[in-house]
Amino acid sequence: MQVELQQIHKRFGKNHALKGVDLKVEAGTIHGLVGENGAGKSTLMKILTGYLSRTQGRILLDGREMAEADPATAAKSGIGMLYQEPQDFPPLTVLENFMVGRDAEPDSDRDRQRQRLNDLAGGLHFQLDPALKLEKLTVGERQQLELLRLLGRGVQVLILDEPTTGISDRQKERLFGALHQIRDQGRTILLVSHKLEDVVALCDRVTVLRHGMVTGEAQAPFQVPRLLEMMFDKPPETDTRSEAAARGEPLLSFDQVSADGERTGLSECNLTIHRREVVGLAGLSGSGQGLFLRLAAALDKPARGKIRTLGNDLGNMGHREFRQAGGCFLPADRLEEGLIPGFTVQDHFALAHNCGMATAKVLAAEAISQFRIRGHPHTTAESLSGGNQQRLLLSLMPPDASLALLENPTRGLDMESARLVWEHLRRQFASRGAIVFSSAELDEILNIADRVLVFFDGRIVRDLPIGELDYQDVAAAMTGK
Amino acid sequence: MNELPLTALLASVLATAAPLIIATLGETITEKAGVINLSLDGSLLLSAMIAFMVGFETGSFTLGFAAGAVTGAAIALLVGFFGIYLGQLQVAVGFALTLMCKDLAYFLGNPYSRLQGPQLISWKIPGLSEIPFFGPILFQQPLPVYMGLLLIPAVWWYFYRTSRGLELRAVGENPEACYTRGIDPRRKQILYIVIGGALVGLAGAAFSLGIKPGWGRPQGIEGLGWIALAIVIFGGWHPIRVALGAFLFAFLQVMGIVLQGIWTGIPAQVFQMAPFPLMILALVLINLLQYKGVQRWLEDKPGLALLVDKLRGAPPRALGKTFHPD
Repeated sequence: MQVELQQIHKRFGKNHALKGVDLKVEAGTIHGLVGENGAGKSTLMKILTGYLSRTQGRILLDGREMAEADPATAAKSGIGMLYQEPQDFPPLTVLENFMVGRDAEPDSDRDRQRQRLNDLAGGLHFQLDPALKLEKLTVGERQQLELLRLLGRGVQVLILDEPTTGISDRQKERLFGALHQIRDQGRTILLVSHKLEDVVALCDRVTVLRHGMVTGEAQAPFQVPRLLEMMFDKPPETDTRSEAAARGEPLLSFDQVSADGERTGLSECNLTIHRREVVGLAGLSGSGQGLFLRLAAALDKPARGKIRTLGNDLGNMGHREFRQAGGCFLPADRLEEGLIPGFTVQDHFALAHNCGMATAKVLAAEAISQFRIRGHPHTTAESLSGGNQQRLLLSLMPPDASLALLENPTRGLDMESARLVWEHLRRQFASRGAIVFSSAELDEILNIADRVLVFFDGRIVRDLPIGELDYQDVAAAMTGK
Repeated sequence: MNELPLTALLASVLATAAPLIIATLGETITEKAGVINLSLDGSLLLSAMIAFMVGFETGSFTLGFAAGAVTGAAIALLVGFFGIYLGQLQVAVGFALTLMCKDLAYFLGNPYSRLQGPQLISWKIPGLSEIPFFGPILFQQPLPVYMGLLLIPAVWWYFYRTSRGLELRAVGENPEACYTRGIDPRRKQILYIVIGGALVGLAGAAFSLGIKPGWGRPQGIEGLGWIALAIVIFGGWHPIRVALGAFLFAFLQVMGIVLQGIWTGIPAQVFQMAPFPLMILALVLINLLQYKGVQRWLEDKPGLALLVDKLRGAPPRALGKTFHPD
């Protein structure tokens, strides 16, 4: 089945997530959709399956227009999607999971359904025990089951959203084999991924999205550097760095550290960060940077290995001790971890500095003018805009911290505010201590950091001083190339 | 205990348990679909009162039971509408309705207090009721007892052997996944909270028209709604285990009445109150079976281990949550 999306727009409130996307996928091909996190890939696919409504635009199947639909109607037109978050029922059995759904002719005969499941599984060389509870299966097996279910419903257009996250290499091989087989039956496959290696191995054609717009298309065989250029913004040639100062003594060191968490965990991490370094953590979101920062801030415990922060062994240290030793951590989830909804700006200062309301009000007023927070001391945290919440968080950082760990510190700030923030951070911390920050914007890292760590799949795959750094190389490392 | 033979004792446990079984299974259906109807205690009282009122005025049991069921269903519909479609906290809505329904029942029911009304008599099933020992226990009972007993396998069958029952469980586990598979989770949840509420209403009618006949203040069934909610939780949302819990509570209540006659030195209030803490204790003990230490102890006792495994239950993962499509 041929799929054509025309001028698709999607707004979530003020956020314009898709800005007129055109996409044409020919029948019997595997079409890749690549881009950074937040480029709009999943949103676009969820619109195609009817999970999300579209603000504007048309969808054509074999040239015929498909009206606004919910997933059931889309399924009856032959569109099925393997969601990134598995949409299944862990406490039910494999067979029951296979059976649930009104997106095709219902059939409650268990024996017949078991036979169908076994036939479908045999056809793709998957091995699944129908009587087993789904929660006993691996992510890869759950995905195989969902794939079989969709095929059993007769989908003609199969959408896979990041199907290789969290599955083993062997399962990936199986999956890719199955997908080739499915395509050769004449069905259409749409593969959403930020992993270029998968896309290059599998796809016949690729469309690149960036900030909700199509930035290019390519036909196999692919040239990876071309794709990378379309995926990431080119770094502007500016530099806010002052003269690099000489490194001081070690402030943070990881020795053979492995930990579980996020999606990928963190494995075998070895490095030392010294005083007067500004270190940027690059990588697609969820590649291990967040976990790295939380480990360094003693908010998570490593499974193996040793972490030393500010001269202390982190083994017996909690986040409280970390702060007392001069550390500070700025989380990405502003309202969940950083600020307290319902508390005003001055309440936050009273808490942070353990002082009375009168003093807190003065401090709050000072911070409001210094950080240009649009609000008053009595404004509550949740009624500030995202950017202003971020400024408030920054202003709450203890000014004498010697190790600042920052997760996406300029998220939601415009260019000018971001510049101000970085001037302040450098002046405040970089001369006396070290800054370690992650950012979703590769440009920001390349502009600010003296040293860059690139994370991919829970590993640090590059550790380079800025002078030796090549933009192409970092972008490629981020996508596993 | 000579003056009370075993048959009479067991028959009265069964009769006491029946309305509780109907109510707990109603709540099990509701919660298995992922919604919490916390209004149980008030629902039982109000539907008992309305069933009695309608039965008294019309002299018809059918209309009385129907009125009870409609009352329970209407309260459940309110909880469902506010909780599922308007996104209010289900627990809060249910709690508020509990309090409101209780006061409403006493207020509206005042004119009917302490009146002699219709009461269901036992219905002897021809042939079967002649069986020695079992006959009088099982087959000489008022209608709600048969209803409660038949409901247990019926609910089990619906949950685990029909495709609609599978959908019901699926909605309680992951409404979002149901949506992606073409099942409207909110419609399912409204449907099952209303069905569950209707059963709770029937249970209320079974009390006021049969098991604890009449209306008065304080009503003898006050507090039973809360126990029913607890039985559903400790019963692991499994219809058979939930029904066993209801039997256990009924047994404790009947024993309380029996022992009251034997140990006359102890204040009667102790016997009236004792089933509640004893019930909670028993349910805690059942739940302890699922701890690791107990599980290890069970390893070399395959028969017992299988039984415990059959009885274990986890809450529906999406209990109290619903899914709003874009």
